[in-house]
Amino acid sequence: MSYRGYEAVIGIEIHVQLNTQSKMFCSDSTQFNAGDNENTSPVSVGMPGTLPVVNKKAIEFAIKTGLALGCQIRKKSVFARKNYFYPDLPKGYQISQYDQPLCEHGTITFKVGDQQKTVSITRAHLEEDAGKSNHQGDFTMINYNRAGIPLLEIVTGPDMRTPQEAAEYGRTIRQIVRYLGVCDGNLEEGSMRCDCNVSVRKAGSEKLGTRTELKNINSFRFVEKAIEYEIERQIDMVERGEKVLQETRLWDPDKNKTFTMRSKEEAQDYRYFPDPDLLPLIVTEELIQRMKADLPELPIARKNRFVAEHGLPEYDAGVLTAESDLAQFYEETAKVSGNFKGASNWIMTELLRELNNNNLEINDSPITPKNLGLLIGMIDKGTISGKIAKAVFLDMWKDKKSPEEIIKEKGLVQISDPSTVEKIIDEVLTANAQQVEDHKTGKKKNLFGFFVGAVMKASKGQANPEVVNQILQKKLNG
Amino acid sequence: MNLTRATITEIVEAVKAKSVSAKEVTAHFLKRAEELNPKLNAFTSFNVNAVSQAEEIDARIARGEDPGPMAGVPFGIKEMLCTKGLVTNAGSKILQNFIPPYDATVVARLKKAGVVITGKLNQDEFAMGSSNETSYFGGVKNPWNLDCVPGGSSGGSAAAQAARLCAGTIGTDTGGSIRQPASFCGIVGVKPTYGRVSRYGIVAYASSLDQAGPMVSTVKDAALTLEVISGHDEKDSTTSQRKVPRWSQELSSNIKGMKIGLIKEYMQGGLHADVQKTVDNAVDALKKMGAEIVEVSIPMTEYAVPVYYLVAASEASSNLARYDGVKYGYRAEFQNLSAVELEDFYGKTRGQGFGKEVKRRIMLGTYCLSSGYYDAYYNKAGQVRRMIMNQYLEAFKNCDIILSPVTTSPAFKIGERVSDPLTMYLNDIFTTSTNLAGLPGMSVPFGMSSEGLPIGIQLTATHFEEQDMLNVGFALEDASPVKGKVPHVI
Repeated sequence: MSYRGYEAVIGIEIHVQLNTQSKMFCSDSTQFNAGDNENTSPVSVGMPGTLPVVNKKAIEFAIKTGLALGCQIRKKSVFARKNYFYPDLPKGYQISQYDQPLCEHGTITFKVGDQQKTVSITRAHLEEDAGKSNHQGDFTMINYNRAGIPLLEIVTGPDMRTPQEAAEYGRTIRQIVRYLGVCDGNLEEGSMRCDCNVSVRKAGSEKLGTRTELKNINSFRFVEKAIEYEIERQIDMVERGEKVLQETRLWDPDKNKTFTMRSKEEAQDYRYFPDPDLLPLIVTEELIQRMKADLPELPIARKNRFVAEHGLPEYDAGVLTAESDLAQFYEETAKVSGNFKGASNWIMTELLRELNNNNLEINDSPITPKNLGLLIGMIDKGTISGKIAKAVFLDMWKDKKSPEEIIKEKGLVQISDPSTVEKIIDEVLTANAQQVEDHKTGKKKNLFGFFVGAVMKASKGQANPEVVNQILQKKLNG
Repeated sequence: MNLTRATITEIVEAVKAKSVSAKEVTAHFLKRAEELNPKLNAFTSFNVNAVSQAEEIDARIARGEDPGPMAGVPFGIKEMLCTKGLVTNAGSKILQNFIPPYDATVVARLKKAGVVITGKLNQDEFAMGSSNETSYFGGVKNPWNLDCVPGGSSGGSAAAQAARLCAGTIGTDTGGSIRQPASFCGIVGVKPTYGRVSRYGIVAYASSLDQAGPMVSTVKDAALTLEVISGHDEKDSTTSQRKVPRWSQELSSNIKGMKIGLIKEYMQGGLHADVQKTVDNAVDALKKMGAEIVEVSIPMTEYAVPVYYLVAASEASSNLARYDGVKYGYRAEFQNLSAVELEDFYGKTRGQGFGKEVKRRIMLGTYCLSSGYYDAYYNKAGQVRRMIMNQYLEAFKNCDIILSPVTTSPAFKIGERVSDPLTMYLNDIFTTSTNLAGLPGMSVPFGMSSEGLPIGIQLTATHFEEQDMLNVGFALEDASPVKGKVPHVI
């Protein structure tokens, strides 16, 4: 991709908040809605003499994520201290990993439009989050609830070339961590944070340009826009003969612009050194194997399976595998109904529409996959018509009942018995003698549809349309 | 019973036998401490609840409950160790009013064993010093000669114990801070193997070197106290899972056939004559008891002091970053806080809160860890440190215990070295390598200078072999020419 003869180079760092019950190095709760500084202890506020102890669950989550990203898991990794002063950093240093991260050398492949894109994962390392400063007028209030929450920082190589690739990479990571159940992937609440390094260079040049870092972008749509803007801004500067400054920039979604947060000209020296309070982290082969065995089918594999084995169109398979829970819902529905395409269609149109309208997640669906599967089965068996089924579906949504119950209560079983249908047809034809005459003389065209509608109406929609068609055909055109 | 001179073991027996109450014991030592402390400045604060806590021990005994292996023994605790509800200042202005809401694991274990905490003991600021002269709360005086330093950094513990202001004390040792003051004050001080005792709740100076240990009057008291405070702690990842032996019960002065190593590099002269004589006497005594004396070599030991100061200062520069005036502790006064730049807030608070020596080490450590210098200093120091440890392990293939002086001279005069940090640092020449190698070490009184100042002998064992070390200490204690000698304040 070329922009006015330039090429963009993009690398991304994503901080994934691991949703463990307790913090990275102490037993404080990680509950999201706790009162200010409620989730703290002498350890998390850095009181004298307190010491960190690693959270095993966080290690497991990190290994799982590393494996899902094709990383090698280091048997020995080291926690290091990153030293800097800031009021929301209680100890004056952050415990992180530096030269020996837990996961490294991974790759991830995803689709951008029709193109496959592979991005290298340089490393994924564990660290603790800082607290949160709330600037209120002249004062700053600090909430340490977040201090010590485990983060996995996933770092790519400078492998992306377009804003679309960057955004798609981010969505792919979010999808994976959600599939793994290690993070809810919520950018707005900050449980996932995305920093993009962007530079431009003349197309064909090997030398990297000066990069800027775009921080705290709270949606992947904005990631795309911010990078788009940043590429154009940098090219403009280079074209004007100006120098791009190495700095951290923020995205203003109202103005559709990036702006300077702080200059990195004086690079901070974090004085990293191995944390003497923690032994090197030793991961056994047994644990790695256990985590591997515990990995769920990942989104791309699942999508491919839905296409290859269920015969779903690629688009449909993509929608259904966007979320692990949705894919699970589909699989259960398909199993009960015995109809892959039917299950897919009903979920993609009716169910997703209702969920969206009511702002619900798939797990909150009042209709269970079993009941939806039964409904589809009843259509396939001819018990009800597709049209009735849509009404039954809405009743199922409202009343949380099974389709059988609703059909029974409302007497909605389809009328397929030819003699019963014929009786209804005869009544309709008698009542509309003039139209029958017009039809037969050819005075008016296409009256057949009118009669079908009238019969369906007279049967309250319960007449089997196929049977209606056949008999009407015989009576009117025979 | 003469409570002042009773050992911990004797006090526990008497309290359990109800021949004396824990309350009486505590009241006795508190009274003594309050009377004598103005002379020594060993205690920084007293526990106003000590007597009522002693009464609880008595109540437990009255109810027939097990009051613990150290029932009713009054202890003073170095300011480095957090004590729930009692000010813990680490000898620094920056923590002068800090009251921790938790006990250090060592303190919790002592309390559980029936110990009564009578107060907190003075020390060099953040344990950075060898003379107790860097304390924000004033220097401590040596009970044997009030013009002399008690040593440091656990000077308050050593002085309080030597003057029997309590029945036992706890100190911490990063580069000799238990052994050197124990030697200067004529008491027994033990630095356990690194990882033997939990560091949780102990104000961190240099995390990879710090260990707490007993500073008491006899080797047996040291063994008993060490038993109580040792063992794995889930709050400290660096503690060992090893089982804690029953050192006090296994204690034996039969050292026949044991191999005692003397470090060649330590025998190149330069020792104060009385220190040299004390070492020679100890070697003779051990020979007489059937020990074999062998020479060992630890060539890298000459780098121990610079390596120690690089490692300790580097870790300290990071460990002390948390004292920033934001969350607790001292905060500089500002006319209009909202107009203050963050950097000035930190600068003023830390500038006023830390003393000169602490600032010196923070700067030294910050420099060593800086990009571009890290490899030359911190990393290189780590490499030399590993070599020192390997040479020790090699030496321990040929001997069970290494015997050496604790310091080059007995206690020096107050003020004598305070303006010369380099001479002060060299005072640690025989003690730092033990910490760098993570080995257990102890000081046992064995001599007296011509001026009447105590001189200790240093014993070092290989990792986790405290028993051998305590046994040799026990044997030396028994043969000591200064056995039973106490400062005239007693």
